[in-house]
Amino acid sequence: MLQREGQVRIPSGCAIAAVTDRSGARFSGMDIIDCIALMHDRSNGLGGGFAAYGIYPEYRDLFAFHIFYDDNDARIKTEEFLFRHFDIETFEQIPTRKVKSIHQAPLIWRYFGVVPQSKIKKNDFDEEEYTARCVIRINNSIPGAFVFSSGKNMGAFKAVGYPEDVGEYYMLDEYKAHTWTAHGRFPTNTPGWWGGAHPFTLLDWSIVHNGEISSYDANRRYIEQFGYKCNLQTDTEVITYLFDLLVRRQGLTLETAAKILAAPEWDAIDRMPEAEREIYTALRVVYASALINGPFSILVGSKHGLLALNDRLKLRSLITAEKGTKTFFASEESAIRVICPEPEKIMAVEGGTPIFIPFAEVQD
Amino acid sequence: MRYTVPEFEVERNLQRCISCGACVRQCSYGVHYFDDDGKTVLADESKCVACHRCATICPTHAIKIKAFEMAYKTHFNWTPQAQQEILKQAETGGVLLSGMSNNKPYPIYWDKILLNASQVTNPSIDPLREPMEIRTFLGRKPKKLTFSADGSLATRLEPQVQLETPIMFSAMSFGSISINAQKSLAMAAKELGTLFNTGEGGLHPALRDFRDYAVVQVASGRFGVHKAYLEGSRFIEIKIGQGAKPGIGGHLPGEKVTVEVSNARMIPEGSDAISPAPHHDIYSIEDLRQLIWSLKEATQYKKPVAVKIAAVHNCSAIVSGVARAGADIIVMDGFRGGTGAAPTRIRDNVGIPIELALAAVDQRLRDESIRNTVSLVAAGSFRNSADVVKAIALGADAVYVASAPLIAMGCHMCQQCHTGKCNWGIATQRPELVKRLNPEIMSQRVVNLIGAWNHEIKEMLGGMGLNSLDSLRGNRLMLRGIGLNDRELEILGIAHAGQ
Amino acid sequence: MKKVIAREEWCLNCRLCEVYCRTAHSVSGDVVRAHLREDPTPVSRITVEGDNLDSVAVNCRHCDEPACVAACITGAMQKDPETGIVTCDESRCIGCMTCLAVCPYGCIKTGKAAVKCDLCQGTGEPACVKNCPNRALVYVEVGGAAK
Repeated sequence: MLQREGQVRIPSGCAIAAVTDRSGARFSGMDIIDCIALMHDRSNGLGGGFAAYGIYPEYRDLFAFHIFYDDNDARIKTEEFLFRHFDIETFEQIPTRKVKSIHQAPLIWRYFGVVPQSKIKKNDFDEEEYTARCVIRINNSIPGAFVFSSGKNMGAFKAVGYPEDVGEYYMLDEYKAHTWTAHGRFPTNTPGWWGGAHPFTLLDWSIVHNGEISSYDANRRYIEQFGYKCNLQTDTEVITYLFDLLVRRQGLTLETAAKILAAPEWDAIDRMPEAEREIYTALRVVYASALINGPFSILVGSKHGLLALNDRLKLRSLITAEKGTKTFFASEESAIRVICPEPEKIMAVEGGTPIFIPFAEVQD
Repeated sequence: MRYTVPEFEVERNLQRCISCGACVRQCSYGVHYFDDDGKTVLADESKCVACHRCATICPTHAIKIKAFEMAYKTHFNWTPQAQQEILKQAETGGVLLSGMSNNKPYPIYWDKILLNASQVTNPSIDPLREPMEIRTFLGRKPKKLTFSADGSLATRLEPQVQLETPIMFSAMSFGSISINAQKSLAMAAKELGTLFNTGEGGLHPALRDFRDYAVVQVASGRFGVHKAYLEGSRFIEIKIGQGAKPGIGGHLPGEKVTVEVSNARMIPEGSDAISPAPHHDIYSIEDLRQLIWSLKEATQYKKPVAVKIAAVHNCSAIVSGVARAGADIIVMDGFRGGTGAAPTRIRDNVGIPIELALAAVDQRLRDESIRNTVSLVAAGSFRNSADVVKAIALGADAVYVASAPLIAMGCHMCQQCHTGKCNWGIATQRPELVKRLNPEIMSQRVVNLIGAWNHEIKEMLGGMGLNSLDSLRGNRLMLRGIGLNDRELEILGIAHAGQ
Repeated sequence: MKKVIAREEWCLNCRLCEVYCRTAHSVSGDVVRAHLREDPTPVSRITVEGDNLDSVAVNCRHCDEPACVAACITGAMQKDPETGIVTCDESRCIGCMTCLAVCPYGCIKTGKAAVKCDLCQGTGEPACVKNCPNRALVYVEVGGAAK
């Protein structure tokens, strides 16, 4: 019998894309769907998904939980847990459209809530750490329940299917966001579990990734020392946790985190001026096990902004373009040109050189 | 009458022997000798140890060393060797001594572990095209770095040792080996950007120029330890145990304590150098902590302090304690580790394989979330670069090798180190034998060996789709077991081939 | 000129230099045949003196002002003005062995004629150097001549 994601490590190839408006203006999901649809051949119908930032302005201070349930029993157990640990303001089934190619859907619900002050006072950590722990708890201990989105004013939407069908299924044309990321998956072996589709998220981190990292187990065994549990055994999951550790928990900047994950080569470090050399040497020495090796291109969404990063040897394609206040990223140039035929600037993202686009004040 | 028969037979091809006498002059055991005619070469085979010096130097390859074959009535328990050992003890009344390392056919797990390679879904990396990084840092590391507002580093790193290869030369004291052997390793270490280790023998003045490449050992006899010795090193290693002889000390007989050895060790010439089994100031983990911090204090906190233990049954708990006691680097020496001299029974029956110890310790330190704060060095027999790669994937930061470079220098594993008659000039203090080992030649051979291993490591890394050793450390997904049972796989933390 | 320099601190007393000198100056050029079959057995031009503890290989210094050349009554012993190599033309040597008597290093051997080191005819590294297992013999450029 085929094993589900997490019971076995499933390598996969992919297409990724993102569009962001640096002014904070919000726009519908049509563009990102068209963009990822062009790269149809880079996925095989076994997983597609989107992350959208700025979609829930009316609930901007509430954690938005998107959850898959295998059955009602899982929902009841999870809701019991959620209502005990959060003040849930509102919840509903996520509206979907009937799409021919998408079937065997789980129950898909969303909840908006805040962490009760009493819980923060009782515990020794902030609301993000509290929420992260609750999410990990649900995913680890309630069978049939999987929280696939848990940030504020953002949400992930994913399913087993081609990404353009997934976009239609979730009616993303009816949402507005200032930043969209998308993912089409080409797993080499999967039973098609919805939770295994990408993006992978934790709090407001969302990651879409194309590649197969060879350093996976070194990264996994490192990050698990900090209390994370890599249940899905996917690259995306471990990369998300690395960003969460380095940026949220250890207070490094996103750019520094990028320089840890795709560290400069020693040859380059040896040639740096002394002050810089000291910093990069220390980063590589202390965070050696966080170095991601092998081919990857990733688009990382977070409350800080959007980060694009290629592996240091540039073993995966990733193109970026600009027009007006919009910045585009995609695995293929054609996918950008289909939604932005005449960009002002277009270039390949360089290996190991992060591109970071901070989020502006969101316009409602 | 001696009840033992020779172990080896010297076969001389008279059609090729030119009676040059090289074998006669080269054999320190006195096996070969000229007949009265001054031409015919004869052999006293009972003295032969199969070191192959004669066969190697013979210009016409006229000499073959063969096993002295005796038919015994077959008995699976009372093997010829078991009987011979009893006869030896019956003759001498002594503890059986041996050199080199565990000689019993216990499983060699390196040979039951297979490496991965990239195919299609991720590319292998061509080491001829892309930089392959094998640079290695040893020393205590913080769990995180913090930066000041101006972007400068706020965390002060503890001293780190930078190596250009994950392979270091393990402890072999001047005394157990010759100054020329030690100098060859020191020269090779300098050229390779790695370190040699003084063992418990002090630092010979001839090696003063190589202090930056020296690990200096502080062992139970404290021989040769003084302030300049500690300060001149790259790092300091407290030796608690040795894989070849866990639980026991060392004994350099007085006849090997020459003037030079006596100077380096700071003991009287001709006196036995006895390293006690325990350090008599370390009877518990808190005593070890005091010694670690005393050594750091003595060297103004500029030198990492390593602690070396033998791999024994409960090494996971011990290593965890040692890490918490303040050791920056922890060395584990498996039961196949070498020695200049050990009681045979200890050598062959005490301790556990480094593969299992390393896997268990690495996992234990991760379970305790402290693996990345200390460096782990594995020792105890690495025969080739694949063994090294597997050790690093199991979780080692670096490895120590000793037997391999000795073999590069001529050692033929005759296991007679303890006799001090080493024909290759390695494990001896006799000047006429020591001079046979020319560091100019031997350092280059060692550089060639480790250089070749470095190349092979890079090839294997590239094949796995990695271009930095950092990404192999603890990356056990790159390993699969072959022919191992569930328990062994569980301890090694790897899946079986085909899974 | 390049000369063979002996470094006694590395000399093993194995005497392989002698074996390979004989072979290099044999008819067959084969180590076994040179020693077991050829008659007369070729003469080694180099000799190791001493024992295992202290030994050194001694051979011709190819002096700037060779006593052997000066003493030679037939002109068989010559120093090549270009290469500096001192050789004995065995066809002109009458075997008077005056050279042997005057050589300060004892480097002339007796065969059918006077026999001495010819640095393997200047064909590169001499056989003794090439086959020394411990680099106790090196073939290096020396500024002045050995006096």
